[in-house]
Amino acid sequence: MSAAIAPEKKKLKVVGTRPLRPDGVPKVTGLARYGADYSLPGMLWGKILRSPHAHARIRSIDTSRAQALPGVKVVMTSADLPEQKFEYVGAERVAVNFWHMTRNIMAREKVLYEGHAVAAVAAISRTVADEALRLIKVDYETLPHVIDVEEAMRPDAPLLFEDMITRGVEPAPVKPSNISKRIEFKIGDPEAGFAAADEIVEMSFKTAPVHQGYIEPQACLARFDTDGQAELWASSQGHFVIRALSAKILGMNIGNLRVHAAEIGGGFGGKNVPYVEPVALALSRKSGHPVKIVMSREEVFKACGPAPGSSMTVKIGVRKDGKIVAADGVFKFQAGAVPGSPVMNACMCAFAPYDIPNVRSVGYDVVCNRPKTAAYRAPGTPISAYAVESVIDMVAAKISMDPLQLRLKNVARPGTPTVWGPKHTHEGYAETIEALMRHPGYTAPLGKNQGRGVASGYWFNNGGESSAAVHVNEDGTVVVATGSADLSGTRASLAMMAAETLGIDYDNVRPIVADTASIGYGHLAAGSRTTFATGIAVTDACKKVIGELCKRAAMIWDIEAEDVIWEDGQARPAGASKGRFEPLSLKAIAAKRSVTGGPIVAEVSVNAGGVAPGFATEMCDVEVDPETGQVKVLHFVTAQDVGRAIHPGYVEGQLQGGAAQGIGWALNEEYIYDKAGCLANAGFLDYRIPVASDLPRIDTVLVEVPNPNHPYGVKGVGEANIVPSLAAVANAVSHAIGRRMTELPMSPPKVLHALDSERGG
Amino acid sequence: MAKHHVTATVNGDVVEFLCETHQTLLEVLRDELGLTGTKEGCGTGDCGACSVTVDGRLMCSCLVLGVEAEGKAIQTIEGMAVGTKLHPLQRKFLEHAALQCGICTPGILIAARSLLERNPDPTEEEVRYWLAGNLCRCTGYHKIVDAVLDAAREMRGG
Amino acid sequence: MRKMRYEAPTTLEAALALLSGANGQARVLAGGTDLLIGMRAGRVEPELLVDIKDIPEMVSIVAENGGFRFGAAVTCMELVEHEEFAKAWPGVIDGVRLIGSIQVKGRATVGGNLCNASPAADSVPAMIAAGASARIAGLSRKRETRVEDIATGPGKTSLAKGEIVTSFLLPRRPPHSGDAYLRFTPRTEMDIAVVGAGVNLTLDDSGVCSQARVSLGAVAERALLVPEAAAALIGTKVDAAALERLAAAASAACRPIDDKRGTKAFRFKVAGVMARRAAEVALARARKN
Repeated sequence: MSAAIAPEKKKLKVVGTRPLRPDGVPKVTGLARYGADYSLPGMLWGKILRSPHAHARIRSIDTSRAQALPGVKVVMTSADLPEQKFEYVGAERVAVNFWHMTRNIMAREKVLYEGHAVAAVAAISRTVADEALRLIKVDYETLPHVIDVEEAMRPDAPLLFEDMITRGVEPAPVKPSNISKRIEFKIGDPEAGFAAADEIVEMSFKTAPVHQGYIEPQACLARFDTDGQAELWASSQGHFVIRALSAKILGMNIGNLRVHAAEIGGGFGGKNVPYVEPVALALSRKSGHPVKIVMSREEVFKACGPAPGSSMTVKIGVRKDGKIVAADGVFKFQAGAVPGSPVMNACMCAFAPYDIPNVRSVGYDVVCNRPKTAAYRAPGTPISAYAVESVIDMVAAKISMDPLQLRLKNVARPGTPTVWGPKHTHEGYAETIEALMRHPGYTAPLGKNQGRGVASGYWFNNGGESSAAVHVNEDGTVVVATGSADLSGTRASLAMMAAETLGIDYDNVRPIVADTASIGYGHLAAGSRTTFATGIAVTDACKKVIGELCKRAAMIWDIEAEDVIWEDGQARPAGASKGRFEPLSLKAIAAKRSVTGGPIVAEVSVNAGGVAPGFATEMCDVEVDPETGQVKVLHFVTAQDVGRAIHPGYVEGQLQGGAAQGIGWALNEEYIYDKAGCLANAGFLDYRIPVASDLPRIDTVLVEVPNPNHPYGVKGVGEANIVPSLAAVANAVSHAIGRRMTELPMSPPKVLHALDSERGG
Repeated sequence: MAKHHVTATVNGDVVEFLCETHQTLLEVLRDELGLTGTKEGCGTGDCGACSVTVDGRLMCSCLVLGVEAEGKAIQTIEGMAVGTKLHPLQRKFLEHAALQCGICTPGILIAARSLLERNPDPTEEEVRYWLAGNLCRCTGYHKIVDAVLDAAREMRGG
Repeated sequence: MRKMRYEAPTTLEAALALLSGANGQARVLAGGTDLLIGMRAGRVEPELLVDIKDIPEMVSIVAENGGFRFGAAVTCMELVEHEEFAKAWPGVIDGVRLIGSIQVKGRATVGGNLCNASPAADSVPAMIAAGASARIAGLSRKRETRVEDIATGPGKTSLAKGEIVTSFLLPRRPPHSGDAYLRFTPRTEMDIAVVGAGVNLTLDDSGVCSQARVSLGAVAERALLVPEAAAALIGTKVDAAALERLAAAASAACRPIDDKRGTKAFRFKVAGVMARRAAEVALARARKN
């Protein structure tokens, strides 16, 4: 736990500016190396055989013909991986069960979704590997499948696990079901609250599962030497987590696996967990050669974790004056093939933006025959926000109150209790609502067939474990090494914070993402935690370096170390009484390091607390083609409390990216299954993410209410922006057509149907 | 059967490589020639990450066979900078923060350069429609459009 | 896949000879934007690819009898960039422009778009509405046929084994003529048409429609020529009432399916809307000529 750190008060020179990112030139010249760009001599190509069935028992797997194909070196199945204990480990919200995880990496008794990995080969070329897959014979006994969350919850639904008894229900059910878990949060007395309400709105919603849509498919290169030491180059959001999970799946010591962070081509949470890495490692271990695996786009859609589909009901009770007195939400989420949807996040964050005395939220985690869900940008929370913010929109209309006014009237402030216990401690929510109210777009007139929607959203953000090492080079330049994968510019912001703290030029600070053997533990680049937590580690390490630099200056001047201060990148005596010496720059002290004690280095590890949550309020204007139901987004504004924008350009980019994903999620993205439970749209042609001509310019308002617990006031920014976006679009469309849209995506046939129903046609 | 022996020009240099009939130009660039700057995002021509130009024509290298490259002049991202001099588009992408993860960036730069060669003064709409074949998931395209328009301005001498 | 051969003949005769050999497992390679995807998915495993892009008559655009003949392997971008052709047939260009992305258009061809025989192919309704004909060559004969007679069902054509479409002819344009193609897709670009409508019409000197052809795509097993829809326009000034009748006739002609891109009900509705809107654009263009 790091102590509260008061944010720097003096004028900032680097933080808040827009320097170029250090990894920029390699990325615009094609030299940056992503997971698929690594090669080693003698490398084999690995390919994975995947189930064609949505649900089936595996009777047998015959790999003999594949093994015999010239050019094939090894074939593997789950038999090559150790069994894991059935046990949920870790904090409840992010619990992991390795019994499930190893089966998701490679199936054992059953295949649980089309695309489920069943076997793998390593061969001298892609062509031979492809051919080898065709020669593997799997004897399946197909079983009935179930995908929709409501259908999967039915007592007569086909069971994925015949012994699954719902956790979180007292007394425990006798009959097994697909409901892995039920969770409930409650404060106050919702029943009494609703009884006291003047108006109540209740509505049910459904959302389809969506994919993070990162453009880079998962890829890695693994090398497992015969002495048990292994190396892995992988695109992931956390090479330490990939190391830990891969080592566990393979049954090897963590210390024997060294993972390098390749550049990563998009993650959004989908690359927090391994898919191909344990398989590549196992193939390499078995063959004695390095093995490279690159997923195809089809594999990414069929086998990598999406955001869940959902079925939800939200009820809100309000007094005539606009005070929300009670709220209730039931959230049923698809977990996919094994338990672990983000429904707990959804339950916790759904009503978190508001001060409501009586709240209940209930969540169901339901397994079904599709890939296991993975995190997707504020996992679970955009989904519950869609339901809650839609109902708030309906409430505002019912009591004839401006929807932003209604939110402002009920906004959570420091001291407001959350549904899971602790009180809110940070400000910033109201400020985003007010910022949007002031935005000229909010009062701009609308034309025919146009509608405007607003929504707010909350996301916990995250702190946690990060390490940073700061090395002073002989010429006074500095290396800042962390274990945080850089998804979209954190190397730059970390270097900026280091330069600011040390008082030197940004260009003299070189940040790197160090591998797992070269730096202390760093948790995932996820949960909007890097600039916050790793930023604290970097800043603390810089302060330690400053302490050391002052000590060295003191030695040079032959005064006491506590009589030296650090200012604007220089050591100077703390006042004329301590001695009249010319200030010594970092460069000058570095040049004398050998005679003053040796290399100047500091490494700091933190488990950062003092996290400030993310909060955003957004506005969307749409125009609906009344004859076809096509929706055009005319205008989108995101106002987010970012604490302090270290690099405003990259922060704006986060807000714009989240909005774009939300627009796609709301309008056109969904997994489409055929009757056999197989994916009909496993590609970017029919899985429709927004293209450049689909989107307008996305206005960003960076509201800065600094986080007092971070040296530069940082609040995580990556995720809060997507949370309200689904509802903002849905509210806009609902207003444009005069009918509430209760199902996502709002594809043209659905909108046209709603329009026709509204018109009575 | 024996592989095809292909001679082509890549980024101005004559190259020779071997490939099987079914191997795409994308595979050849990345795996035979070691030019990994061109990326595979989908392999089916839907994302544009593999964009190159062949005899000046913008196309997805995943939809071209390696054997078809015989005698053709191919331009990839690795040839966009001239020696140490970045193309204005490359510079503007950095200045405008028009990339986040960067995986779509090579494809978008190649596509944008192709646009500006044909239309040195595009409107925002023209930029968006030209780049519709290049998917980006990180940026929402906003800063990409700004960077392309700014590069166009500079290249026109404005 | 490992034994697949590749040939790039420079004459039509050589191509035809190759196509009729290879145990019928030869495939034409033009732009490859459908073929390569099919090969990747394992849906098609040719023994031989015959690349036709080096055959002069397959890749040229020439004036002919006041109209245009363009080779079946001319790329979409080449057509789009051909000023005279684009001026004469903006509707055909509308359709061609909507095929995929700029990158895809740099490779895709109208010949491939037609012979791949997707019911949703974007260039086909406009070509049918234009009254285009296709020249087909086989080892023993050449023949001409209307474009609407080529596709017979999803992935199926009326071409005999060993036959190949070599070029398309668009006839001379009477004055006061205009054509247009519009399609419905959920996104602005990059989608396969849920409904496509091509309208080609000619007005006489008094502004009355003397000729019309209407074609619909993605609403049946192949692109349809809809004479009833055209009849709704002929003899009228293409006023609101005529356009209503056109829309109704277009909807009535559909025999769509439910698929991942659109439902039956949606296609019925939107077919009429797209046909009407395409007719409005064609009318505006005709009035300008």
